Amino acid sequence: MRGITYLVVLFIAYIIIDILIHGLPTISWDFLTGDPEKSGAEGGIFPAILGTLYLVVGTIAVALPLGMFSAVYLTEYAKQNKLAQSIRMAIVTLAGIPSIVFGLFGLGLFVITLNFGSSILAGSLTLACMILPTIIVASEESLKSVPQYMREGSLALGATKWETIYKNVLPYALPGMLTGSILGIGRAAGETAPILLTAAAFFLPELPTSVFDPVMALPYHLYILATQHPEAQKILPMQYGTALVLLFLVVGLNLVAIILRIRVRKKYKW
Amino acid sequence: MNRQRLKAKLIKYFLQSCGSLSIIIVLLIFLFLFKEAIPFIGSPGITELFHNVWNPVSFQKEEFGIVPLITGSIVVTLLAIIIAVPFGIIGAVYISEIASPKEREFLKPFIEILAGIPSVVLGFFGLVVVSPLIKDVFQLNSGLNALTGSVLLALMAIPTIMSISEDAIKSVPSVYKEASLALGASKLETIWKVVVPAALSGIVASVMLGMGRVVGETMAVMMVTGNSPVISFNPFSSVRTMTATIAAEMGEVTIGSNHYMALFWVGIVLMLMTFGLNLISYRVLKKYGLSEK
Repeated sequence: MRGITYLVVLFIAYIIIDILIHGLPTISWDFLTGDPEKSGAEGGIFPAILGTLYLVVGTIAVALPLGMFSAVYLTEYAKQNKLAQSIRMAIVTLAGIPSIVFGLFGLGLFVITLNFGSSILAGSLTLACMILPTIIVASEESLKSVPQYMREGSLALGATKWETIYKNVLPYALPGMLTGSILGIGRAAGETAPILLTAAAFFLPELPTSVFDPVMALPYHLYILATQHPEAQKILPMQYGTALVLLFLVVGLNLVAIILRIRVRKKYKW
Repeated sequence: MNRQRLKAKLIKYFLQSCGSLSIIIVLLIFLFLFKEAIPFIGSPGITELFHNVWNPVSFQKEEFGIVPLITGSIVVTLLAIIIAVPFGIIGAVYISEIASPKEREFLKPFIEILAGIPSVVLGFFGLVVVSPLIKDVFQLNSGLNALTGSVLLALMAIPTIMSISEDAIKSVPSVYKEASLALGASKLETIWKVVVPAALSGIVASVMLGMGRVVGETMAVMMVTGNSPVISFNPFSSVRTMTATIAAEMGEVTIGSNHYMALFWVGIVLMLMTFGLNLISYRVLKKYGLSEK
């Protein structure tokens, strides 16, 4: 049984090491900050990195506050009423919907009906809907771990419910809420299918200037280079380089979340 | 005092509307999928979808039969689950029952990383490493087939199966184990004859959740399965899944055309399938108080 478990570990390590070994030689300052040339066969991937950052920031700006407020409502206000049950049901449903279906939804609602076009705005909103359940569940867990007597003490001293939440619960729950949310954000950074339909373009002559512009993005760039490029075999180093940057970004975010989680747990031992 | 009460009310309503947004999003998703898909029923007619040929771009006769796409998804998913289940369950048993605490602290986050690798990166790895390997091992003309896709999808399902099975195994009361050991059963006998059967429903639910994830996975399958829409249950044949069809073709269709609407129908079928799988597994998990994850 140990053998089988470590076979999985070995395989993960192999994926990471393979991409590291083949990707590292491509990584250079020019690669990270340059524009693509000859339709991605040479040059850098700067616009794709920037595009992914724009999408991630947009997604966080929408999903993080919404998810946190939802979690506060569910844990502090709603407990077990009908509405809370329906909300929980909706969260479970959302968490199970395939990412490409979110893409279809984003295409139908944001791109076409609201006429945002294929844009940062449409992409971020679509990704935000997708990671909302992750953020709500993580935030809820963190709020629940704040002991009840913290609330009771504050209420007994005459603070209102909101004052109690704002001053005595949120400050302790916030680090946990944020680290849990990083996992969702990592997922948003690596997703390809939803932005394929709502935001991404393979090559843009200029950097986007408003939220209504389409963007290049790392996952989409890798997909095109690996499967659609006429000389896909020859530009393997470019593909590995892009894969490494994306992997570094997403796995890096996950590692930060895991380390922070361990530290937060040690800090607050109730 | 009144102002304060008003403020408290406002805050509550604000938080309530944030929370309700999840419900609204789910409703909007259903609404928009159907809104874009419904006109297909009038022309060319809903029965078109049940045919056996998917050939949406043609000068003679466009065909929108989604059967080959559904069978493609099913073949790839089942194969992936067959590969993933032994690894997932044995891994879960090992981590929760046998591994030392130190080992556990290393193994759990490490496998979590696997869950975090973006599917397009896995797909790329499949394209340049796994697919040539499978081509050589089985001496095929092309490594782009259902089996290659399944191997990658199995990798995605393993973390889900492992972590939820582990929770299920951990929640088996320790008196069961102690009783079995006290009766003279060995550790392995106890694990396979007492602990795992007691956790079985949780384990089954974890497999179904993993299946839900696999059915909905897009990029990795699109990159390595070869994408020909044929009805075949041969793991070495090229297949095209529902997800890959939407992702590959949506970029090129005219909005509002028959092809466009047919792709939304594919999305509806896909969503209903994952919805069903998830619903059943959450029911099971909830029954055993494991629904937190």
